[in-house]
Amino acid sequence: MTTRPRVAVLDYGSGNLRSVARALARSGAEVSVTADFEAALGAQGLVVPGVGAYAACMAGLRAVRGDQVIDRRLAGSRPVLGICVGMQVLFAEGVEHGVRTQGCGQWPGTVQRLHATVLPHMGWNTVRAPAGSLLFAGIGRAERFYFVHSYAALGLPLPAGGYLRPPALTWAEHGEPFIAAVENGPLTATQFYPEKSGDAGAALLTNWLETLR
Amino acid sequence: MTVAVRVIPCLDVDAGRVVKGVRFAELRDAGDPAELAAAYDGEGADELVFLDITASSGGRDTMYEVVGRTADQVFIPLTVGGGVRTVGDVDRLLRAGADKVSLNTAAIARPGLLAEAAHRFGSQCVVLSVDARRAPGTASGFEVTTHGGRRGTGIDAVEWAARAVDLGVGEILLNSLDADGTRSGFDLELIRAVRAAVTVPVIASGGAGELSHFAPAIGAGADAVLAASVFHFGELRIAEVKAALRVAGHPVR
Repeated sequence: MTTRPRVAVLDYGSGNLRSVARALARSGAEVSVTADFEAALGAQGLVVPGVGAYAACMAGLRAVRGDQVIDRRLAGSRPVLGICVGMQVLFAEGVEHGVRTQGCGQWPGTVQRLHATVLPHMGWNTVRAPAGSLLFAGIGRAERFYFVHSYAALGLPLPAGGYLRPPALTWAEHGEPFIAAVENGPLTATQFYPEKSGDAGAALLTNWLETLR
Repeated sequence: MTVAVRVIPCLDVDAGRVVKGVRFAELRDAGDPAELAAAYDGEGADELVFLDITASSGGRDTMYEVVGRTADQVFIPLTVGGGVRTVGDVDRLLRAGADKVSLNTAAIARPGLLAEAAHRFGSQCVVLSVDARRAPGTASGFEVTTHGGRRGTGIDAVEWAARAVDLGVGEILLNSLDADGTRSGFDLELIRAVRAAVTVPVIASGGAGELSHFAPAIGAGADAVLAASVFHFGELRIAEVKAALRVAGHPVR
């Protein structure tokens, strides 16, 4: 008998917390929704959801010291999963309506408005995962995930030097290529909503929960 | 790597029960929106729309419970509309588990509601539902109606859609009242006119009767197709619609 991994969903006033909590539970997690610093720090896995404006999400995240929780967790190799704007805030900055907002800075790069004829990018799209991806293991290339966003990271420009182990990037395309998911040791993120992506999303969450064991 | 055309069943809900007879033999309770939602999810629906047609305010409270139960067991996006009047209503529905909320009559009376909702919750979860019909007196030839099409407003439907996008809505649910119930196909002219005026996704609604009706709506510029009775009565299956769209060259899930 295996124990259910304990996952905290960070409640900082953003995101459909109920859906993400239910989807994680369906994939085998014991889920708590919390804004408590210690609880978020101590869980085996932390999920950072997020919808809406970048600046509002960053403000909400800082208000519960979510940026510090993420830092502390990563210092101890404790897994964190960012979803949608919860992924975007992990980058260095976001630009919305001409306003530049500093992000958590876990990765270099700017989250910016996609160039596409129809925005938001709303609906089910395919992704191109890298070889050896743990997150997309066993998920066919034809599977689709549910996206809703107008902004995205178009790249993750690593500094020269080459000593870093580069994050594994999964790409998608809407008007132009953008980053759909990042796997970077304990820090994982998806631009799409796994909790709204049916069976493919459930398989992905199960894969992430496997990394907590 | 192209976003798939969405196929969306719409359920009319009155005091927590599905109104139109739904013929799904395998269901225990064909009047339960949550159970029907799960059945449509199983059939491959890309998204679901609940339209609350409850007249009494007391009956409306059951909608939040229904939305919550549905969100607990269905892992595809859910849009809820009907009778949404205030930002507080939007908040309650989102908290109950809706992913998007559609606004209609209240936004016509007070367009600022769209901006308030979009500002507070983000454009991605604010949908404008437009009930349009042909009206020679308007610039585009289509006017906005209320009360299920019984009352004309004189407001140009295409201009209204464009204004709503300026105010921050992230999607247009475009229902043709001329085509609604005819089962003779979507109103392609209406779709083309709105597509040309807005940059957000457009869901085409009204008129679906046969498999051959769906691809032309996408060809006219819709990003998604919505239908109710043809699905509920089992005349068309979600998978058949998707197969027809695929044959016509449109990507589907």
